[in-house]
Amino acid sequence: MLDPDRIRKDFPILRGGLIYLDSAATSQRPVQVIDAVSDFYRSRNANVYRGLYPIAEEATLAFEAVREKTRAFIGAGSIKEVIFTKNTTESANMVMRGWGEKFLKKGQKIVTTISEHHSDFVPWQELARRKGCRFEVAGVDEEGKLDLADLERKLRNAKLLAFSAASNVTGAIADTGKICSMANEEGALSFVDGAQFVPSNPVDVKKLGCDFLAFSGHKMLAPFGVGVLYGREELLDKMDPLIYGSEMIRMVTVRKTEFNDLPHKFESGTPAVDAVIGLGAALDYLGRVDLGEIRAHEDMLIGRMLRRLGEIDGLGIIGPKKAKERAALVAFTLEGAHPHDVSAMLAEDNICVRSGHHCAMPIHERLSIPASTRASVYLYNKAEEIDALADSLERVKKVFR
Amino acid sequence: MEELYQEFIVELYKNPKNFGTMEDADYRAQVYNPTCGDSIELFLKVRDGVVEDAKFTGKGCAISQASSSLFTNYLKGKKIGDLSKADKETVLSLIKINLEKNPTRMKCALIPLEALRKALSSGRPSSRRL
Repeated sequence: MLDPDRIRKDFPILRGGLIYLDSAATSQRPVQVIDAVSDFYRSRNANVYRGLYPIAEEATLAFEAVREKTRAFIGAGSIKEVIFTKNTTESANMVMRGWGEKFLKKGQKIVTTISEHHSDFVPWQELARRKGCRFEVAGVDEEGKLDLADLERKLRNAKLLAFSAASNVTGAIADTGKICSMANEEGALSFVDGAQFVPSNPVDVKKLGCDFLAFSGHKMLAPFGVGVLYGREELLDKMDPLIYGSEMIRMVTVRKTEFNDLPHKFESGTPAVDAVIGLGAALDYLGRVDLGEIRAHEDMLIGRMLRRLGEIDGLGIIGPKKAKERAALVAFTLEGAHPHDVSAMLAEDNICVRSGHHCAMPIHERLSIPASTRASVYLYNKAEEIDALADSLERVKKVFR
Repeated sequence: MEELYQEFIVELYKNPKNFGTMEDADYRAQVYNPTCGDSIELFLKVRDGVVEDAKFTGKGCAISQASSSLFTNYLKGKKIGDLSKADKETVLSLIKINLEKNPTRMKCALIPLEALRKALSSGRPSSRRL
Protein backbone atom coordinates (compact mmCIF):
# COMPACT_ATOMS: atom_id res chain seq x y z
CA MET A 1 0.00 0.00 0.00
CA LEU A 2 1.07 3.50 -0.78
CA ASP A 3 2.23 5.44 2.26
CA PRO A 4 1.37 9.12 1.71
CA ASP A 5 3.49 10.21 4.69
CA ARG A 6 6.56 8.80 3.00
CA ILE A 7 5.60 10.28 -0.36
CA ARG A 8 5.00 13.71 1.20
CA LYS A 9 8.63 13.91 2.31
CA ASP A 10 9.51 14.24 -1.38
CA PHE A 11 7.27 17.28 -1.86
CA PRO A 12 8.85 20.38 -0.28
CA ILE A 13 5.76 22.56 -0.78
CA LEU A 14 3.65 20.24 1.37
CA ARG A 15 5.95 20.33 4.37
CA GLY A 16 4.30 23.39 5.94
CA GLY A 17 0.93 21.71 6.27
CA LEU A 18 -0.61 23.03 3.07
CA ILE A 19 -3.72 21.00 2.20
CA TYR A 20 -3.42 20.87 -1.55
CA LEU A 21 -6.59 19.58 -3.19
CA ASP A 22 -6.14 21.06 -6.66
CA SER A 23 -3.98 18.53 -8.47
CA ALA A 24 -6.49 18.38 -11.31
CA ALA A 25 -5.35 21.95 -12.11
CA THR A 26 -1.66 21.21 -11.63
CA SER A 27 0.17 18.67 -9.50
CA GLN A 28 2.88 19.48 -7.00
CA ARG A 29 6.47 18.42 -7.85
CA PRO A 30 8.77 16.09 -5.94
CA VAL A 31 12.41 16.98 -5.21
CA GLN A 32 13.45 14.34 -7.74
CA VAL A 33 11.87 16.42 -10.53
CA ILE A 34 13.02 19.76 -9.15
CA ASP A 35 16.57 18.39 -8.80
CA ALA A 36 16.58 16.88 -12.29
CA VAL A 37 15.78 20.29 -13.78
CA SER A 38 18.25 22.07 -11.53
CA ASP A 39 21.02 19.50 -12.23
CA PHE A 40 20.45 19.88 -15.93
CA TYR A 41 21.09 23.62 -15.71
CA ARG A 42 24.03 23.14 -13.35
CA SER A 43 25.89 20.50 -15.30
CA ARG A 44 24.54 19.72 -18.77
CA ASN A 45 22.77 22.79 -20.10
CA ALA A 46 23.13 23.02 -23.88
CA ASN A 47 20.79 23.15 -26.83
CA VAL A 48 19.74 19.83 -28.30
CA TYR A 49 20.62 18.33 -31.73
CA ARG A 50 23.25 20.93 -32.62
CA GLY A 51 26.44 21.14 -30.60
CA LEU A 52 29.19 18.57 -31.03
CA TYR A 53 30.76 19.19 -27.64
CA PRO A 54 30.12 16.74 -24.77
CA ILE A 55 27.39 18.56 -22.80
CA ALA A 56 25.42 19.19 -26.02
CA GLU A 57 25.57 15.50 -26.89
CA GLU A 58 24.56 14.69 -23.32
CA ALA A 59 21.59 17.05 -23.49
CA THR A 60 20.44 15.45 -26.74
CA LEU A 61 20.80 11.94 -25.35
CA ALA A 62 18.95 12.85 -22.16
CA PHE A 63 16.17 14.54 -24.13
CA GLU A 64 15.70 11.56 -26.42
CA ALA A 65 15.86 9.13 -23.51
CA VAL A 66 12.74 10.82 -22.12
CA ARG A 67 10.99 10.31 -25.44
CA GLU A 68 11.70 6.60 -25.18
CA LYS A 69 10.46 6.57 -21.56
CA THR A 70 7.27 8.33 -22.64
CA ARG A 71 6.78 5.86 -25.48
CA ALA A 72 7.05 2.96 -23.06
CA PHE A 73 4.75 4.72 -20.56
CA ILE A 74 1.86 4.85 -23.04
CA GLY A 75 2.69 1.70 -24.99
CA ALA A 76 3.33 3.42 -28.32
CA GLY A 77 5.01 1.35 -31.03
CA SER A 78 7.68 3.85 -31.95
CA ILE A 79 9.34 7.04 -30.69
CA LYS A 80 8.23 8.59 -33.99
CA GLU A 81 4.74 8.62 -32.52
CA VAL A 82 5.69 10.67 -29.45
CA ILE A 83 5.63 14.42 -30.03
CA PHE A 84 6.62 16.82 -27.26
CA THR A 85 4.25 19.77 -27.17
CA LYS A 86 3.65 22.54 -24.64
CA ASN A 87 0.53 20.92 -23.16
CA THR A 88 -2.72 19.11 -23.97
CA THR A 89 -4.18 22.25 -25.53
CA GLU A 90 -1.32 22.55 -28.00
CA SER A 91 -1.59 18.83 -28.77
CA ALA A 92 -5.26 19.29 -29.69
CA ASN A 93 -4.46 22.30 -31.84
CA MET A 94 -1.78 20.32 -33.63
CA VAL A 95 -4.39 17.78 -34.73
CA MET A 96 -6.95 20.47 -35.50
CA ARG A 97 -4.59 22.37 -37.81
CA GLY A 98 -2.35 19.61 -39.06
CA TRP A 99 -4.96 16.97 -39.77
CA GLY A 100 -8.38 18.66 -39.60
CA GLU A 101 -7.67 21.69 -41.73
CA LYS A 102 -5.77 19.62 -44.25
CA PHE A 103 -8.11 16.68 -44.71
CA LEU A 104 -11.63 17.56 -43.58
CA LYS A 105 -14.09 18.74 -46.19
CA LYS A 106 -17.22 20.86 -46.12
CA GLY A 107 -20.25 19.02 -44.79
CA GLN A 108 -18.26 16.31 -43.02
CA LYS A 109 -18.93 15.64 -39.38
CA ILE A 110 -16.89 16.26 -36.22
CA VAL A 111 -18.18 14.88 -32.91
CA THR A 112 -17.24 15.78 -29.36
CA THR A 113 -19.03 15.65 -25.99
CA ILE A 114 -20.72 18.14 -23.69
CA SER A 115 -18.35 17.38 -20.81
CA GLU A 116 -15.12 18.43 -22.51
CA HIS A 117 -12.61 20.96 -21.23
CA HIS A 118 -12.61 24.01 -23.55
CA SER A 119 -9.25 22.82 -24.86
CA ASP A 120 -10.91 19.73 -26.28
CA PHE A 121 -14.02 21.57 -27.43
CA VAL A 122 -13.13 24.92 -28.91
CA PRO A 123 -10.49 23.61 -31.39
CA TRP A 124 -13.10 21.28 -32.93
CA GLN A 125 -15.86 23.87 -32.86
CA GLU A 126 -13.53 26.31 -34.60
CA LEU A 127 -12.34 23.64 -37.04
CA ALA A 128 -15.97 22.98 -37.98
CA ARG A 129 -16.55 26.71 -38.50
CA ARG A 130 -13.48 27.15 -40.67
CA LYS A 131 -14.11 24.09 -42.83
CA GLY A 132 -17.90 24.24 -42.96
CA CYS A 133 -18.15 20.91 -41.16
CA ARG A 134 -21.06 19.69 -39.07
CA PHE A 135 -20.35 19.83 -35.34
CA GLU A 136 -22.20 17.38 -33.10
CA VAL A 137 -22.00 17.22 -29.32
CA ALA A 138 -22.86 13.98 -27.51
CA GLY A 139 -24.64 14.31 -24.19
CA VAL A 140 -24.28 12.85 -20.71
CA ASP A 141 -26.71 11.17 -18.33
CA GLU A 142 -27.72 12.46 -14.90
CA GLU A 143 -24.52 11.10 -13.32
CA GLY A 144 -22.44 12.92 -15.92
CA LYS A 145 -21.49 9.71 -17.70
CA LEU A 146 -21.37 9.75 -21.48
CA ASP A 147 -24.64 8.80 -23.13
CA LEU A 148 -23.30 6.06 -25.37
CA ALA A 149 -26.57 5.67 -27.30
CA ASP A 150 -26.51 9.37 -28.15
CA LEU A 151 -22.83 9.15 -29.01
CA GLU A 152 -23.46 6.20 -31.31
CA ARG A 153 -26.19 8.11 -33.17
CA LYS A 154 -24.03 11.20 -33.55
CA LEU A 155 -21.02 9.16 -34.64
CA ARG A 156 -22.78 7.95 -37.78
CA ASN A 157 -20.62 8.93 -40.77
CA ALA A 158 -18.41 11.13 -38.58
CA LYS A 159 -14.78 11.75 -39.55
CA LEU A 160 -13.41 12.73 -36.15
CA LEU A 161 -14.36 12.06 -32.54
CA ALA A 162 -12.68 14.01 -29.74
CA PHE A 163 -13.43 13.06 -26.14
CA SER A 164 -11.75 12.96 -22.76
CA ALA A 165 -10.79 9.72 -21.03
CA ALA A 166 -11.96 11.42 -17.81
CA SER A 167 -13.87 14.68 -17.42
CA ASN A 168 -12.31 17.45 -15.35
CA VAL A 169 -15.73 18.42 -13.97
CA THR A 170 -17.87 15.30 -13.59
CA GLY A 171 -14.78 13.15 -13.10
CA ALA A 172 -16.56 10.45 -15.09
CA ILE A 173 -14.15 7.96 -16.63
CA ALA A 174 -15.12 7.04 -20.17
CA ASP A 175 -14.87 3.54 -21.57
CA THR A 176 -12.10 4.78 -23.82
CA GLY A 177 -11.34 1.49 -25.58
CA LYS A 178 -14.97 0.89 -26.43
CA ILE A 179 -15.57 4.45 -27.61
CA CYS A 180 -12.46 4.38 -29.81
CA SER A 181 -13.67 1.20 -31.46
CA MET A 182 -17.13 2.75 -31.97
CA ALA A 183 -15.42 5.63 -33.77
CA ASN A 184 -13.23 3.26 -35.69
CA GLU A 185 -16.22 1.27 -36.95
CA GLU A 186 -17.69 4.47 -38.35
CA GLY A 187 -14.41 5.34 -40.01
CA ALA A 188 -13.83 8.29 -37.67
CA LEU A 189 -10.48 9.07 -36.11
CA SER A 190 -10.37 9.25 -32.33
CA PHE A 191 -8.63 12.00 -30.37
CA VAL A 192 -8.42 11.23 -26.66
CA ASP A 193 -7.83 14.01 -24.13
CA GLY A 194 -5.96 12.18 -21.40
CA ALA A 195 -5.09 15.18 -19.21
CA GLN A 196 -7.06 13.95 -16.18
CA PHE A 197 -6.60 10.24 -16.81
CA VAL A 198 -2.98 9.59 -17.77
CA PRO A 199 -1.45 10.91 -14.48
CA SER A 200 -2.79 7.99 -12.44
CA ASN A 201 -4.09 5.29 -14.76
CA PRO A 202 -2.01 2.91 -16.84
CA VAL A 203 -2.56 3.58 -20.54
CA ASP A 204 -1.73 1.46 -23.56
CA VAL A 205 -2.53 3.27 -26.78
CA LYS A 206 -2.47 0.07 -28.80
CA LYS A 207 -4.97 -1.66 -26.53
CA LEU A 208 -7.17 1.44 -26.41
CA GLY A 209 -7.03 1.67 -30.19
CA CYS A 210 -6.97 5.48 -30.18
CA ASP A 211 -5.56 7.43 -33.11
CA PHE A 212 -4.38 10.35 -30.98
CA LEU A 213 -3.76 10.79 -27.25
CA ALA A 214 -2.88 14.08 -25.60
CA PHE A 215 -1.76 14.83 -22.05
CA SER A 216 0.13 17.40 -19.98
CA GLY A 217 3.29 16.90 -17.96
CA HIS A 218 2.40 19.43 -15.26
CA LYS A 219 -0.55 17.36 -14.05
CA MET A 220 1.74 14.37 -13.48
CA LEU A 221 4.63 15.76 -11.43
CA ALA A 222 6.58 17.17 -14.40
CA PRO A 223 7.40 20.87 -14.93
CA PHE A 224 5.12 23.30 -16.71
CA GLY A 225 5.69 23.63 -20.44
CA VAL A 226 5.81 20.06 -21.66
CA GLY A 227 2.93 17.98 -22.94
CA VAL A 228 2.63 15.05 -25.27
CA LEU A 229 0.82 14.25 -28.46
CA TYR A 230 0.75 10.60 -29.39
CA GLY A 231 -0.42 9.91 -32.93
CA ARG A 232 -0.34 6.85 -35.14
CA GLU A 233 2.69 7.10 -37.38
CA GLU A 234 0.83 6.90 -40.69
CA LEU A 235 -1.43 9.79 -39.60
CA LEU A 236 1.42 11.96 -38.33
CA ASP A 237 3.28 11.30 -41.58
CA LYS A 238 0.49 12.86 -43.60
CA MET A 239 -0.16 15.76 -41.26
CA ASP A 240 1.20 19.28 -41.59
CA PRO A 241 3.23 20.86 -38.78
CA LEU A 242 1.61 23.48 -36.56
CA ILE A 243 4.61 25.77 -36.34
CA TYR A 244 7.22 26.24 -39.03
CA GLY A 245 10.95 26.70 -38.51
CA SER A 246 14.03 25.26 -36.81
CA GLU A 247 14.10 21.58 -35.86
CA MET A 248 11.17 20.63 -38.10
CA ILE A 249 13.25 21.29 -41.20
CA ARG A 250 15.55 19.02 -43.13
CA MET A 251 16.58 21.21 -46.03
CA VAL A 252 15.75 24.73 -47.14
CA THR A 253 16.40 26.35 -50.48
CA VAL A 254 15.08 29.63 -51.77
CA ARG A 255 12.44 27.67 -53.69
CA LYS A 256 11.26 25.15 -51.16
CA THR A 257 11.64 23.46 -47.80
CA GLU A 258 11.73 19.78 -47.00
CA PHE A 259 10.40 18.82 -43.56
CA ASN A 260 12.27 16.71 -41.06
CA ASP A 261 11.25 13.14 -40.17
CA LEU A 262 8.92 12.23 -37.34
CA PRO A 263 8.75 13.20 -34.56
CA HIS A 264 10.88 16.29 -35.22
CA LYS A 265 8.56 17.53 -37.98
CA PHE A 266 6.21 18.71 -35.22
CA GLU A 267 8.81 20.08 -32.82
CA SER A 268 9.63 23.49 -34.20
CA GLY A 269 12.03 25.80 -32.45
CA THR A 270 14.12 25.06 -29.41
CA PRO A 271 12.04 22.81 -27.16
CA ALA A 272 11.60 23.10 -23.38
CA VAL A 273 14.57 20.81 -22.79
CA ASP A 274 14.52 21.37 -19.03
CA ALA A 275 10.83 20.49 -18.79
CA VAL A 276 11.34 17.34 -20.86
CA ILE A 277 14.21 16.29 -18.59
CA GLY A 278 11.87 16.91 -15.65
CA LEU A 279 9.19 14.80 -17.33
CA GLY A 280 11.69 11.95 -17.45
CA ALA A 281 12.23 12.24 -13.69
CA ALA A 282 8.46 12.40 -13.15
CA LEU A 283 7.90 9.21 -15.16
CA ASP A 284 10.63 7.49 -13.14
CA TYR A 285 8.95 8.61 -9.92
CA LEU A 286 5.49 7.44 -11.02
CA GLY A 287 6.99 4.15 -12.15
CA ARG A 288 8.69 3.59 -8.79
CA VAL A 289 5.51 4.28 -6.82
CA ASP A 290 3.45 2.34 -9.36
CA LEU A 291 0.34 3.66 -11.10
CA GLY A 292 -1.80 0.80 -9.82
CA GLU A 293 -0.93 1.79 -6.23
CA ILE A 294 -1.64 5.45 -6.98
CA ARG A 295 -5.00 4.61 -8.50
CA ALA A 296 -5.95 2.45 -5.49
CA HIS A 297 -4.91 5.23 -3.10
CA GLU A 298 -7.00 7.76 -5.04
CA ASP A 299 -10.00 5.42 -4.99
CA MET A 300 -9.76 5.29 -1.21
CA LEU A 301 -9.51 9.10 -0.92
CA ILE A 302 -12.31 9.78 -3.41
CA GLY A 303 -14.51 7.18 -1.73
CA ARG A 304 -13.99 8.99 1.57
CA MET A 305 -14.61 12.36 -0.03
CA LEU A 306 -17.88 11.17 -1.61
CA ARG A 307 -18.98 9.85 1.77
CA ARG A 308 -17.92 12.84 3.90
CA LEU A 309 -19.19 15.48 1.47
CA GLY A 310 -22.36 13.46 0.92
CA GLU A 311 -23.15 13.90 4.63
CA ILE A 312 -23.18 17.69 4.33
CA ASP A 313 -26.70 19.04 4.05
CA GLY A 314 -27.19 21.18 0.94
CA LEU A 315 -24.07 19.93 -0.77
CA GLY A 316 -24.65 18.57 -4.27
CA ILE A 317 -22.03 16.26 -5.75
CA ILE A 318 -21.57 16.36 -9.52
CA GLY A 319 -20.81 13.14 -11.37
CA PRO A 320 -20.77 9.39 -10.74
CA LYS A 321 -21.54 8.09 -7.26
CA LYS A 322 -18.85 5.40 -7.24
CA ALA A 323 -15.19 6.26 -6.73
CA LYS A 324 -14.15 3.60 -9.24
CA GLU A 325 -16.05 5.38 -12.01
CA ARG A 326 -14.22 8.64 -11.35
CA ALA A 327 -10.93 10.33 -11.93
CA ALA A 328 -9.43 11.69 -8.72
CA LEU A 329 -11.70 14.70 -8.41
CA VAL A 330 -15.07 15.72 -6.97
CA ALA A 331 -16.88 18.87 -8.08
CA PHE A 332 -19.79 20.08 -6.01
CA THR A 333 -22.13 22.93 -5.23
CA LEU A 334 -23.09 24.17 -1.78
CA GLU A 335 -26.55 25.64 -1.37
CA GLY A 336 -26.51 29.34 -0.55
CA ALA A 337 -22.80 29.79 -1.11
CA HIS A 338 -21.16 30.82 -4.34
CA PRO A 339 -18.24 28.54 -5.39
CA HIS A 340 -15.84 31.51 -5.28
CA ASP A 341 -16.78 32.20 -1.70
CA VAL A 342 -16.51 28.51 -0.81
CA SER A 343 -12.96 28.25 -2.09
CA ALA A 344 -11.92 31.60 -0.60
CA MET A 345 -13.20 30.48 2.81
CA LEU A 346 -11.49 27.09 2.49
CA ALA A 347 -8.30 29.02 1.73
CA GLU A 348 -8.60 30.64 5.15
CA ASP A 349 -8.19 27.09 6.52
CA ASN A 350 -5.13 26.50 4.34
CA ILE A 351 -7.09 24.30 1.92
CA CYS A 352 -6.51 24.79 -1.80
CA VAL A 353 -9.41 23.92 -4.10
CA ARG A 354 -10.57 25.27 -7.42
CA SER A 355 -13.80 27.08 -8.11
CA GLY A 356 -15.38 28.40 -11.27
CA HIS A 357 -16.37 26.63 -14.44
CA HIS A 358 -13.02 24.80 -14.72
CA CYS A 359 -12.69 25.77 -18.40
CA ALA A 360 -15.76 23.67 -19.12
CA MET A 361 -18.75 25.97 -19.56
CA PRO A 362 -20.87 23.62 -21.75
CA ILE A 363 -21.17 20.94 -19.04
CA HIS A 364 -22.04 23.56 -16.39
CA GLU A 365 -24.74 24.88 -18.68
CA ARG A 366 -26.00 21.32 -19.20
CA LEU A 367 -26.16 20.83 -15.42
CA SER A 368 -27.82 24.28 -15.05
CA ILE A 369 -25.21 25.61 -12.63
CA PRO A 370 -23.05 28.70 -13.26
CA ALA A 371 -20.02 27.26 -11.50
CA SER A 372 -18.83 24.65 -9.04
CA THR A 373 -16.11 23.99 -6.48
CA ARG A 374 -13.71 21.14 -7.20
CA ALA A 375 -11.46 19.17 -4.87
CA SER A 376 -8.96 16.79 -6.43
CA VAL A 377 -6.33 14.45 -5.03
CA TYR A 378 -3.12 12.75 -6.07
CA LEU A 379 -0.61 10.35 -4.58
CA TYR A 380 0.51 12.73 -1.80
CA ASN A 381 -2.91 13.39 -0.27
CA LYS A 382 -4.05 11.87 3.02
CA ALA A 383 -7.39 10.80 4.45
CA GLU A 384 -7.06 13.47 7.17
CA GLU A 385 -7.04 16.14 4.49
CA ILE A 386 -10.42 14.92 3.22
CA ASP A 387 -11.76 15.21 6.76
CA ALA A 388 -10.31 18.72 7.09
CA LEU A 389 -12.11 19.65 3.86
CA ALA A 390 -15.42 18.31 5.16
CA ASP A 391 -15.01 20.13 8.50
CA SER A 392 -14.11 23.37 6.77
CA LEU A 393 -17.15 23.08 4.51
CA GLU A 394 -19.35 22.83 7.58
CA ARG A 395 -17.88 26.17 8.69
CA VAL A 396 -18.64 27.71 5.27
CA LYS A 397 -22.19 26.47 5.57
CA LYS A 398 -22.63 28.18 8.94
CA VAL A 399 -21.48 31.54 7.58
CA PHE A 400 -23.75 31.39 4.55
CA ARG A 401 -26.75 29.76 6.17
CA MET B 1 -5.00 35.91 5.69
CA GLU B 2 -7.37 38.80 6.26
CA GLU B 3 -10.96 38.00 7.00
CA LEU B 4 -12.82 38.52 3.73
CA TYR B 5 -16.20 37.42 4.92
CA GLN B 6 -17.13 40.07 7.40
CA GLU B 7 -20.70 40.01 8.53
CA PHE B 8 -21.85 42.97 6.45
CA ILE B 9 -20.49 41.37 3.27
CA VAL B 10 -22.36 38.14 3.92
CA GLU B 11 -25.46 40.11 4.91
CA LEU B 12 -25.39 42.06 1.62
CA TYR B 13 -24.94 38.79 -0.23
CA LYS B 14 -28.02 37.27 1.38
CA ASN B 15 -30.06 40.48 1.11
CA PRO B 16 -28.63 42.61 -1.69
CA LYS B 17 -29.64 46.23 -2.02
CA ASN B 18 -30.89 47.76 -5.27
CA PHE B 19 -31.33 44.31 -6.75
CA GLY B 20 -33.68 44.10 -9.71
CA THR B 21 -34.20 45.10 -13.30
CA MET B 22 -35.31 48.46 -14.67
CA GLU B 23 -37.53 48.59 -17.74
CA ASP B 24 -36.97 52.28 -18.48
CA ALA B 25 -33.24 52.57 -17.73
CA ASP B 26 -31.34 55.34 -19.48
CA TYR B 27 -28.06 53.50 -19.21
CA ARG B 28 -27.50 49.78 -18.94
CA ALA B 29 -24.65 47.32 -19.43
CA GLN B 30 -23.97 43.69 -18.76
CA VAL B 31 -20.49 42.46 -17.88
CA TYR B 32 -19.22 39.01 -17.51
CA ASN B 33 -16.49 37.59 -15.29
CA PRO B 34 -14.86 34.76 -17.24
CA THR B 35 -13.02 33.28 -14.25
CA CYS B 36 -16.22 32.30 -12.46
CA GLY B 37 -18.90 32.58 -15.11
CA ASP B 38 -20.71 35.30 -13.21
CA SER B 39 -22.38 38.25 -14.79
CA ILE B 40 -24.10 41.36 -13.57
CA GLU B 41 -26.27 43.87 -15.35
CA LEU B 42 -26.33 47.46 -14.18
CA PHE B 43 -29.18 49.92 -14.78
CA LEU B 44 -29.22 53.69 -14.28
CA LYS B 45 -32.09 56.10 -14.45
CA VAL B 46 -31.05 59.71 -14.94
CA ARG B 47 -33.08 62.87 -14.49
CA ASP B 48 -31.75 66.41 -14.93
CA GLY B 49 -28.23 65.05 -15.18
CA VAL B 50 -28.43 63.26 -11.84
CA VAL B 51 -28.67 59.52 -11.16
CA GLU B 52 -32.17 59.09 -9.84
CA ASP B 53 -32.04 55.33 -9.45
CA ALA B 54 -29.48 52.55 -9.83
CA LYS B 55 -30.14 48.83 -9.84
CA PHE B 56 -28.36 45.63 -10.69
CA THR B 57 -29.19 42.00 -11.34
CA GLY B 58 -27.17 38.89 -11.92
CA LYS B 59 -25.52 36.04 -10.16
CA GLY B 60 -22.23 36.28 -8.38
CA CYS B 61 -20.12 35.65 -5.34
CA ALA B 62 -20.51 37.46 -2.03
CA ILE B 63 -17.79 39.96 -2.91
CA SER B 64 -19.28 40.94 -6.27
CA GLN B 65 -22.82 41.06 -4.88
CA ALA B 66 -21.84 43.16 -1.87
CA SER B 67 -19.75 45.43 -4.04
CA SER B 68 -22.64 45.89 -6.49
CA SER B 69 -25.06 46.69 -3.68
CA LEU B 70 -22.74 49.30 -2.20
CA PHE B 71 -21.76 50.76 -5.54
CA THR B 72 -25.36 51.22 -6.73
CA ASN B 73 -26.07 52.99 -3.45
CA TYR B 74 -23.10 55.25 -4.08
CA LEU B 75 -24.24 56.06 -7.62
CA LYS B 76 -27.63 57.38 -6.55
CA GLY B 77 -27.72 61.15 -6.44
CA LYS B 78 -24.40 61.57 -8.28
CA LYS B 79 -24.12 63.83 -11.32
CA ILE B 80 -23.82 61.74 -14.47
CA GLY B 81 -20.91 63.92 -15.60
CA ASP B 82 -18.97 63.04 -12.44
CA LEU B 83 -19.33 59.29 -12.77
CA SER B 84 -16.36 58.88 -15.10
CA LYS B 85 -14.22 59.82 -12.07
CA ALA B 86 -15.31 56.73 -10.12
CA ASP B 87 -12.39 54.32 -9.98
CA LYS B 88 -10.96 51.31 -8.18
CA GLU B 89 -10.32 53.32 -5.02
CA THR B 90 -13.96 54.41 -4.97
CA VAL B 91 -15.15 50.81 -4.94
CA LEU B 92 -12.55 49.64 -2.41
CA SER B 93 -13.42 52.47 -0.04
CA LEU B 94 -17.02 51.25 -0.14
CA ILE B 95 -16.40 47.59 0.62
CA LYS B 96 -13.56 48.37 3.05
CA ILE B 97 -11.58 45.16 2.55
CA ASN B 98 -8.03 44.93 1.37
CA LEU B 99 -7.85 42.95 -1.85
CA GLU B 100 -4.42 44.05 -3.07
CA LYS B 101 -3.09 40.54 -2.50
CA ASN B 102 -6.13 38.88 -4.05
CA PRO B 103 -6.10 39.86 -7.73
CA THR B 104 -8.79 37.29 -8.55
CA ARG B 105 -11.16 38.60 -5.88
CA MET B 106 -10.32 42.16 -6.91
CA LYS B 107 -11.96 41.39 -10.25
CA CYS B 108 -15.11 40.31 -8.42
CA ALA B 109 -15.18 43.53 -6.40
CA LEU B 110 -14.66 45.72 -9.46
CA ILE B 111 -17.35 44.12 -11.58
CA PRO B 112 -19.93 46.91 -10.97
CA LEU B 113 -17.32 49.53 -11.86
CA GLU B 114 -16.66 47.72 -15.09
CA ALA B 115 -20.39 47.69 -15.77
CA LEU B 116 -20.63 51.43 -15.11
CA ARG B 117 -17.79 52.17 -17.53
CA LYS B 118 -19.35 50.00 -20.19
CA ALA B 119 -22.75 51.63 -19.67
CA LEU B 120 -21.30 55.13 -19.94
CA SER B 121 -19.21 54.35 -23.00
CA SER B 122 -22.03 52.71 -24.89
CA GLY B 123 -23.93 55.96 -24.47
CA ARG B 124 -27.48 56.69 -23.69
CA PRO B 125 -29.62 54.25 -25.70
CA SER B 126 -32.99 55.89 -25.18
CA SER B 127 -34.04 59.38 -26.11
CA ARG B 128 -35.66 60.18 -22.80
CA ARG B 129 -34.86 63.64 -21.54
CA LEU B 130 -32.03 63.94 -19.07
